[in-house]
Amino acid sequence: MSLVIANGHVIDPASGLSKRGDVLIDNGSVKAIGGDLNGDERIDATGCVVCPGLVDIHVHFREPGFESKETIATGGQAAARGGFTSVVTMPNTDPAIDNAGLVDFVMRRAREGSPVKVWPSACATKGRAGKQMTEMAEIREAGAVAVTDDGSDIESAWVLRRVLEYAAMCGLPYLAHCEDATLMEGGAMNEGYMSTRLGLPGLPKAMEEIRIDRNCRLAALTGSHVHIQHVSSAGGVAICRQAKAAGLPITCETAPHYWTLTDEAVMTHGANAKMNPPLREAEDVEAVKEGLADGTIDCIATDHAPHTVTEKDVEVQLAPFGIVGLETSLALVLTELVEPGVITLEHALARMTNRAADILNLPAGRLYEGGPADITVFDPAAEWTVDPAVFASLGRNTPFTGRTLRGQVRATICDGRVAYQA
Amino acid sequence: MSEVDTAGWTRKDLIGLEDLSRREIELILDTAPQFVEISKRESGIKKVPLLQGRLVVNWFFEPSTRTRSSFELAAKRLSADTLAMSASTSSSTKGETLHDTLANIEAMHSDIVVIRHGHAGAARMLAERHSSQIINAGDGYHEHPTQGLLDAYTIREHIRKTWRDPEAGLDGVRVAIIGDISYSRVARSNIWGLTKLGARVVVCGPSTLMPPGIERMGCEATTDLREALNQADVVYVLRIQLERQQKALLPTLREYIRLFRVDRESLKAAPPHAIVMHPGPINRDIELASDVADGGRSVVLEQVSNGVAVRMAIMHLLVNSGKGWRKTDD
Repeated sequence: MSLVIANGHVIDPASGLSKRGDVLIDNGSVKAIGGDLNGDERIDATGCVVCPGLVDIHVHFREPGFESKETIATGGQAAARGGFTSVVTMPNTDPAIDNAGLVDFVMRRAREGSPVKVWPSACATKGRAGKQMTEMAEIREAGAVAVTDDGSDIESAWVLRRVLEYAAMCGLPYLAHCEDATLMEGGAMNEGYMSTRLGLPGLPKAMEEIRIDRNCRLAALTGSHVHIQHVSSAGGVAICRQAKAAGLPITCETAPHYWTLTDEAVMTHGANAKMNPPLREAEDVEAVKEGLADGTIDCIATDHAPHTVTEKDVEVQLAPFGIVGLETSLALVLTELVEPGVITLEHALARMTNRAADILNLPAGRLYEGGPADITVFDPAAEWTVDPAVFASLGRNTPFTGRTLRGQVRATICDGRVAYQA
Repeated sequence: MSEVDTAGWTRKDLIGLEDLSRREIELILDTAPQFVEISKRESGIKKVPLLQGRLVVNWFFEPSTRTRSSFELAAKRLSADTLAMSASTSSSTKGETLHDTLANIEAMHSDIVVIRHGHAGAARMLAERHSSQIINAGDGYHEHPTQGLLDAYTIREHIRKTWRDPEAGLDGVRVAIIGDISYSRVARSNIWGLTKLGARVVVCGPSTLMPPGIERMGCEATTDLREALNQADVVYVLRIQLERQQKALLPTLREYIRLFRVDRESLKAAPPHAIVMHPGPINRDIELASDVADGGRSVVLEQVSNGVAVRMAIMHLLVNSGKGWRKTDD
């Protein structure tokens, strides 16, 4: 059965394609891109953008261990609803994904229940304890696309150095959660005037900057690819920029909340504005935008981190870190980056498709004849108001509740099948 | 006495002095003297029926003697029924949520719930969801509004007495707050309250106990005790937590004493008319020298007496001002 996505604005950032036309899908691949194409079924994309399926290389699907927060199936549905066809799951589950058997489990659960492609990452050290390396060769064979102890940094520079050397041998990039935890004392939000005013313990920007710096230097020492996760501070952006100018093998990501919100959001959204790294200040928001504009920041990832309503419905200090992001990411890109002219639509999409995929060598993020039919159709002008009650994710923990955004996904096609249709 | 005016009070709760306008703070302070009189009665009943039959729940997650007994006494002198509930903060992480516990309290038809909690934001979180009238008796190191109010009242009374001006306010009065500013809810409530009333506040403490951006709350900041005391009309000494040295925030208490203790020697930097205050309990001879604490410039016990009256005024305003509440975040 063939499917034609008709009369949309077809954009493929990788090839520079940007024109009105049809996309014909057959047997799981893109058969043709052109005009007046016909298929058994038809999605009218008039007024919509048709682009490669979006790629998010940083999500938490919580399975195994925390299925009341999210499962691989519900996370996959949330991804589809947000326009994503490929996501990279983090291994901080219970048990943590630190061997090939568990990688296999994640991939099986994804095949059974997720409408989109799930690419697992696995732990860099056993139990994420920062001590003993995981069996990365076997983990790679099982299908993991990266190693990381996400949620924590590897404390010992010795261990991290060896992890980087070994991971590179196995062909696995390392995803670095940069945080010097010795600088925090029960921190709940960015350290600054707002934390002083709210009386909440702070997480200074130096916590992330110190470790971005260290991890970049270890990338230089080992020559291994280090991907810096969720850059949130002006200092962090500057260090990445410098490291790249020096030719170090690093890439980095940021998340939508870091260019849309400041730490003032903690006043109004409480625990739903609590994540790690935390929301920073106006100058950091500007620096993140600059980093996106000048290419320092390679890709946009959500750090989708669902928690139950009950877990978040407590004192800010006691609430777990993290917010959901899959179902608001594209609209926050369009409304807060593209519309104000921070970056063009094509550049924004590149950071959510081919450039994100390339970081982890995923066969994704491109739209071309003969390629996989992973396609997102969205109406860039459609206005909608964020209501977590309708999320496909089990998580409702978002600081964007009630915010009016532009840009709504109409259809998500994964491997030629409709994963989501509005 | 039952005719005590409540006009101008429109809030359901008292969460922090950051929320209040100057006019609201003054309303509380102006309501308090009538309650001072009740507590001081030599003969007759030291009680009024303004909250008769109402239930005031004192819900304390942290140990407290002074604040807790002050609230209890205030409620009793207003003829309310009181119920004391204690809980450890950790129990909320293990079992029942704060919201559930309050819902249970409310099922017993409480009117006012006074809450002391170890985490910032707890009182506001409850006030926004529940119908109980919440009085924040201290949340983490965020705010302790009734302390701020009783301190402002004490300062105002002192000024009125000294200057023999029954209308005098706090405009231009200089208040130096000395000690651990970072971890102090008393400092924060006093900064908001006193600056709204027109006072000039300077905070002073070791650089390790000075929170970032504190000046943006409207005060000055210095690490030099003598500079802080210079021109101070009020010297407000905070309690220093003795375990701070274990967290590398202070080298030793000895050095803290050297640099920041308010004693006869350091007080020479302050004008002779300056009064000395402390929220209690005092670590004698650490942040405050005994002879100063017990001396003629100390108004520490007046603070305690006024505390009961100010809390009576607050409860009266909350309960008897009608039910056209504004939301706490207005």
